[in-house]
Amino acid sequence: MPIYSEKVMEHFMNPRNVGEIENPDGVGEIGNPVCGDMMTFYIKVKDNRLEDVKFKTFGCGAAIAVSSMVSEMAMGKTLDEAREITPKRVADELEGLPKNKFHCSNLGAQALNKAIDDYLEKQAKGGKK
Amino acid sequence: MRKVYLDHAATTPLLPEVREAMLPYLGELFGNPSCLHDWGDAAREALDTAREQVARLIGASAEEIVFTGSGTESNNFAVKGLALAQQGKGKHIIVSSIEHFSVLHSAKTLEKWGFELTEVPVDKHGTVDPDEVRRQIRKDTVLISIMYANGEVGTIQPTQEIARVAKENNIPFHTDAIASIGTIPVDVKELGADVLSLAGNQFYGPKGVGALYIRKGVRIMPLLDGGIQEEGRRAGTENIPAIAGLGKAAELARENMAAHVKHLSRLRNRLLAGLPARIEHMVLTGHPENRLPGNASFCVEFIEGEGMLMLLNSQGVAVTSGSACTSRALKASHVLLAMGLPHALAQGSVLFTFGIDNSEEDVDYVIEVMPPIVERLRQMSPLYAKFSKKGKGGA
Repeated sequence: MPIYSEKVMEHFMNPRNVGEIENPDGVGEIGNPVCGDMMTFYIKVKDNRLEDVKFKTFGCGAAIAVSSMVSEMAMGKTLDEAREITPKRVADELEGLPKNKFHCSNLGAQALNKAIDDYLEKQAKGGKK
Repeated sequence: MRKVYLDHAATTPLLPEVREAMLPYLGELFGNPSCLHDWGDAAREALDTAREQVARLIGASAEEIVFTGSGTESNNFAVKGLALAQQGKGKHIIVSSIEHFSVLHSAKTLEKWGFELTEVPVDKHGTVDPDEVRRQIRKDTVLISIMYANGEVGTIQPTQEIARVAKENNIPFHTDAIASIGTIPVDVKELGADVLSLAGNQFYGPKGVGALYIRKGVRIMPLLDGGIQEEGRRAGTENIPAIAGLGKAAELARENMAAHVKHLSRLRNRLLAGLPARIEHMVLTGHPENRLPGNASFCVEFIEGEGMLMLLNSQGVAVTSGSACTSRALKASHVLLAMGLPHALAQGSVLFTFGIDNSEEDVDYVIEVMPPIVERLRQMSPLYAKFSKKGKGGA
C-alpha cells in the first residue's frame, strides 16, 4: 500500500501556487535541512484578505503537498480566517498524513502564520498599506 | 510505461532457476533434515548440497558454513556471538561508523551489556583506514568488524589489510560482506577473514535466508538455543526451500560472476557519464573507482530525495534514497553523514543499483527522465532560489 493518500499524491504531483511573489507583503520561513523540511510562504494582502499566496518548499512529498494545500486553503481568506488553518485541518483536508511525518512535514500552517505576522509587523512599523 | 527496477541493493528478483530449485521443498519434499527416514534424508541432502554450493562461492569448506534466517541475523550472530565467546579475554570491540545497522546496533547492544565500543571513522569517500584500526586496538580488544563494501555508497574497503591488522594482533575479524557476496569475487582464505556474513536476497536468491562463514577453530556463542541443528550453532528447524534456493543462487553467481561484473560496470559507468553531465550540482558519493560494480550513488543539491524517488517512480523507475524523509526514523543516512556530507546535501541522496536484468536502454531512460524531475523540484526549492540569487558562483 502506498504510504500517502491519493489527495497527498495529487497535490504532490500537481502542486498549486508554487513560486515567489515579487515585493510580497509578508514572508514566513520555517524548518531547517537537518529535520529535512523547509518552507517559505509569500503573501500579498489587500483589504485584510490574502489576495495571493505562494510558496517554495524543500522537503518530502508530504511537505510539498502540505504547502500546496495550505496555499489553496488560505487563498482569498481574511487574515483572521487564515489564522484558523491548523496542522490538524490541513492533514484532514489531505485525507491524512503518515503518523511519523505529521509534525515534520506539516509546517505549512506555521509558515503561513509567520508570513501574516511579518505583514502585521511591517504594518505596525508604518508600512504603506 | 517503461518499468525500470534500479533498487537491487534493497533486494534482487528471484532467478527462475532458483525458484525451480526451491519448489520440490515447498511440495512433496517437505521433510525435516533432523529426521532419520526418507523424508528427512531428502531434506538433509538439500541442506548438504546448498552448503557445498555456498562454500564454493567463497572458497570455504562446507562445514564452515552456518545457515541463518537473514543477513541481519548473520551480522547479529557474528558480532554478539564472537564478542560473547571472547569476553573472558576482554570487552573492547571495534567497528566502523558506516556499518549496516545490524552490525552497529548489535555493537551498541554489546555496549549496554558492558562492552566498550570504538567506531573508526571513514574518509570523504567512505573508506576505512587500516592504520586507524591498528591505532584503536587495545589489549582487551576482542573483535574487529568492518564491512567488505558499503551497499549505500558502494565503497569497497581495504578488507584484506584490515584482516591482516586483526590477525597480527590475534583478534577475531568479522566482515559483513552482504552487499558483496554473489556480486564480486570474494575468497575467504585469501581475504583472511575469520567470520563473514552473506545473504541470499542480494544475489537473486530468496529472502529470509543468510549464511555465516565461520573459519574452522573460531569460537562463537550461538544466538539461538534449542536443538543441535547446524552443529549446535543455530537451533531451529532449517528453512529448506530457502536454503536450497540460496545454494542454487550461489552456484549461478559463481558461474556468471565475471560476465555480471562486466555488465553491471558497463551500465553503472554509462549512468555516471551521462547523468551528472545533464544535471548541474549533482555529486557522486562513495569512492570514485573502488566501488561495487552496480552502484551509482549521488547527492543532488538543493532538493530532497523522497520527492525525486516519488517522481521517478511515477515514471516507472524504482530507486532509493538516504534522505531523512525517506527513512522511517526520519534521520539522514548515517553513512553519508559519517563521510562528512552536510545535512542539506545528504537530503538530496539518490541511489541507483543495477542488476543483471537491466539494459543500456534502462540507463538511457533514466538519463532522459531524471533531469526534468530535478529541475521541477528545484523550481520549488527555497534553497535553490537562495543559491540562484547569490549568483552561480556562490555555492
